[in-house]
Amino acid sequence: MELTGAEIFVECLKEEGVDTIFGYPGGAVLFLYDELYKQHDKINHILVRHEQGAVHAAEGYAKATNRPGVALVTSGPGATNAVTGIADAYMDSVPMVVFTGQVPRHLIGNDAFQEVDIVGITRPCVKHNFLVTDVKDLATTIKKAFYIASTGRPGPVLVDIPKDITTARCEFHYPKEITMRSYNPTVKGNKRQVRRAIDLMLEAQKPVLYTGGGVVLSGAAHELTELTRELGFPITNTLMGLGGFPSMDKQFIGMLGMHGTYEANNAMHHADLVIAIGARFDDRVTGNIEKFCPYAKIIHVDIDPASISKNVKVDVPIVGDVKNVIVDMLEEFRSRNERPDAEALVAWWKQIDEWRKADCLKYNQDVNAAIKAQYVVEKFWEVTNGDAYVCSDVGQHQMWAAQYYRFSQPNRWINSGGLGTMGFGLPAAMGVQMAFPEETVGCITGDGSIQMCIQELATCLQYHLPIKILSLNNGYLGMVRQWQEFFYQKRYAMSYMEALPDFVKLAEAYGHVGMRIEKVSDVEGALKEALAMKDRLVFMDFITERENNVFPMVPAGAGQNEMILV
Amino acid sequence: MRHVISILMENEAGALSRVAGLFSARGYNIESLTVAPTDDATLSRLTLVTRGSEEIVEQIVKQLNKLIDVVKVMDLAQYAHLEREMMFVKVGVEKNAACEAVKRLSDIFRGNIIDVSDKTYTIELTGDRSKLDAFVNALRDFRIIEVVRSGSMGIARGEASLHV
Ligand SMILES: Cc1cc2nc3c(=O)[nH]c(=O)nc-3n(C[C@H](O)[C@H](O)[C@H](O)COP(=O)(O)OP(=O)(O)OC[C@H]3O[C@@H](n4cnc5c(N)ncnc54)[C@H](O)[C@@H]3O)c2cc1C
Ligand SMILES: Cc1ncc(C[n+]2csc(CCOP(=O)(O)OP(=O)(O)O)c2C)c(N)n1
Ligand SMILES: [Mg+2]
Repeated sequence: MELTGAEIFVECLKEEGVDTIFGYPGGAVLFLYDELYKQHDKINHILVRHEQGAVHAAEGYAKATNRPGVALVTSGPGATNAVTGIADAYMDSVPMVVFTGQVPRHLIGNDAFQEVDIVGITRPCVKHNFLVTDVKDLATTIKKAFYIASTGRPGPVLVDIPKDITTARCEFHYPKEITMRSYNPTVKGNKRQVRRAIDLMLEAQKPVLYTGGGVVLSGAAHELTELTRELGFPITNTLMGLGGFPSMDKQFIGMLGMHGTYEANNAMHHADLVIAIGARFDDRVTGNIEKFCPYAKIIHVDIDPASISKNVKVDVPIVGDVKNVIVDMLEEFRSRNERPDAEALVAWWKQIDEWRKADCLKYNQDVNAAIKAQYVVEKFWEVTNGDAYVCSDVGQHQMWAAQYYRFSQPNRWINSGGLGTMGFGLPAAMGVQMAFPEETVGCITGDGSIQMCIQELATCLQYHLPIKILSLNNGYLGMVRQWQEFFYQKRYAMSYMEALPDFVKLAEAYGHVGMRIEKVSDVEGALKEALAMKDRLVFMDFITERENNVFPMVPAGAGQNEMILV
Repeated sequence: MRHVISILMENEAGALSRVAGLFSARGYNIESLTVAPTDDATLSRLTLVTRGSEEIVEQIVKQLNKLIDVVKVMDLAQYAHLEREMMFVKVGVEKNAACEAVKRLSDIFRGNIIDVSDKTYTIELTGDRSKLDAFVNALRDFRIIEVVRSGSMGIARGEASLHV
């Protein structure tokens, strides 16, 4: 039977098992919306209030489920509004398919109403993109889009659909399988390299595992935990890798990098073997690359060959999917008679315990003083038993969330690491809550960030998303202010938020519950009260210490071991 | 170091701009670039000349391979290879003496005069880069009106080859 492009579009989504999409209508996508209307029982469409929100929500959905998130926006401004979210997904390797409407084919290139070359605009920030030029290609293109987005190193794929394609007709056939001669990610690690890696692990005196977002994306937290326990090595996670290994485990030495722990950064600096798994040696992690891991041999497992030896030359590269490679490592390790040097490990752990004594995340919460953001996060962790999905915006609060919420499971920590997009938190939380309606979803945010996608409070009301917003309100663009305090002699240029709205009233105006918390003694009670309101969004505005700083900190240009502690 | 990189890619709209965009976005330089479909019309063959350290070129090759439209990449610097470039030069030959001299130079360089007018000769010349440079140099005493160079094409010698 012949179907219209719009019908084909919806059929394809169903074939891909898409249950939820986030979007915003407009002229170029009216036929698509008409079809979604007719089939609303098949696919749940969430109407956001700004296209940036749609894309971040799709990211949140994807990060929590490891399934591709889907967004649909109109041509022109709809498409350009989506760009920030697309770039965000690209940086954090989030599987996502974004559909944009386009002007009818005969108008393309004419500066037509609401025309932009979105394929051109997004080319540097997508894994791939397509302009559909024939309705006969629509189904295959969508199949390819999902395939590319979710395999190999995941990433966003954009499909631009001209309006006249949505009314054109053709036979519908959805390919079950797709092969592309130009795209064949390597998922199995080279066995010889795995053997070499195990050789190095058996020789190492001061080994450390450095693992990242790739572990979470690969769904390999369980395998990683097994490997780490069998090896007995210390393990550190990147910001994106948190939850890939249980944070409360004694082998966990915290996050590394610019705001990583003293023990993690020192372990990296002094290590003689670094085992990097699904982590990409980002500059926030390495600090000054000249001073990075001066004594270590490096093993690097990554599905993207371009990640390997990009910033740091490695000794044993292993291209493959984390899960497969760890399984092979475990098998190889178990087949050996030797075991890691126990004596050396005891000495290494003794050294690490010395570093741990610095107690670098210690803070003092005086009950009568202003609330510390760290305290709020720690209490939130306690009252949610460390089980909540925690979304975050970007700034100091993000770092405190990462440091003080001890994640014990993967896919629960959802934040914008690579692009660092303020405004990410609330819409991402919507995506997570859509995926897991029964779970506790928190959004840890700042007074600056929350205002970048505040309009989504309306979406939360419409779809009954009972997100718990923890605004760590310091009246500053705190992360900027911290840099200005340290490196610009306290010249606080534009980092001060004058004219903050009354967030309680704002939340109420949007139909939600608002709370302002000003006293230390009220923090825990407020959190419990908010969590008890299972079916309401609660906006908790915590008035926190204004000039609080994130520590430890590796200043720009410094080596990993050159941290400012307080 | 100078590297000649051969790329086989899907002959699709936008593929070329992905390659070119990659170079500008990542700050790699393109010395020359030439592209056309192959015997298989679904594939284009692109030869790109760039400069960079071994690390940079290694990263360039990886990034190229990562582009979905790119089917295969070969860094010809790793192989014994041939390199040729084609050039048209239009020279002013108002004086009779110039006619003779230009014709002689063209013969020495094994060029062909492919167009003649009262005032101009247009010469076609193929060779490696240094030969073309030398020819342009040799013509310096005359009035060079235009130089059109195709950019290098490369191919590996012997058994080594780039094909699907
Ligand atoms: C304000 C701010 C401060 C920050 N401070 C820090 C900090 O102190 N410490 C820190 O760590 N980060 C920090 N970041 C985040 C930082 O910018 C990077 O986003 C982060 O370090 C990258 O994490 P990652 O190395 O785990 O890589 P990701 O971006 O998570 O990339 C994943 C890697 O794994 C690979 N991969 C993906 N899937 C698979 C698979 N299935 N199998 C194998 N490999 C796979 C990918 O190819 C990629 O190389 C900060 C960000 C902000 C905004
Ligand atoms: C869209 C965007 N614009 C600017 C920045 C730069 N930036 C990083 S953190 C930050 C301040 C964030 O302030 P707030 O949300 O109040 O968080 P705080 O640091 O105070 O916890 C700014 C402006 C950014 N990351 N994203
Ligand atoms: Mg703030």
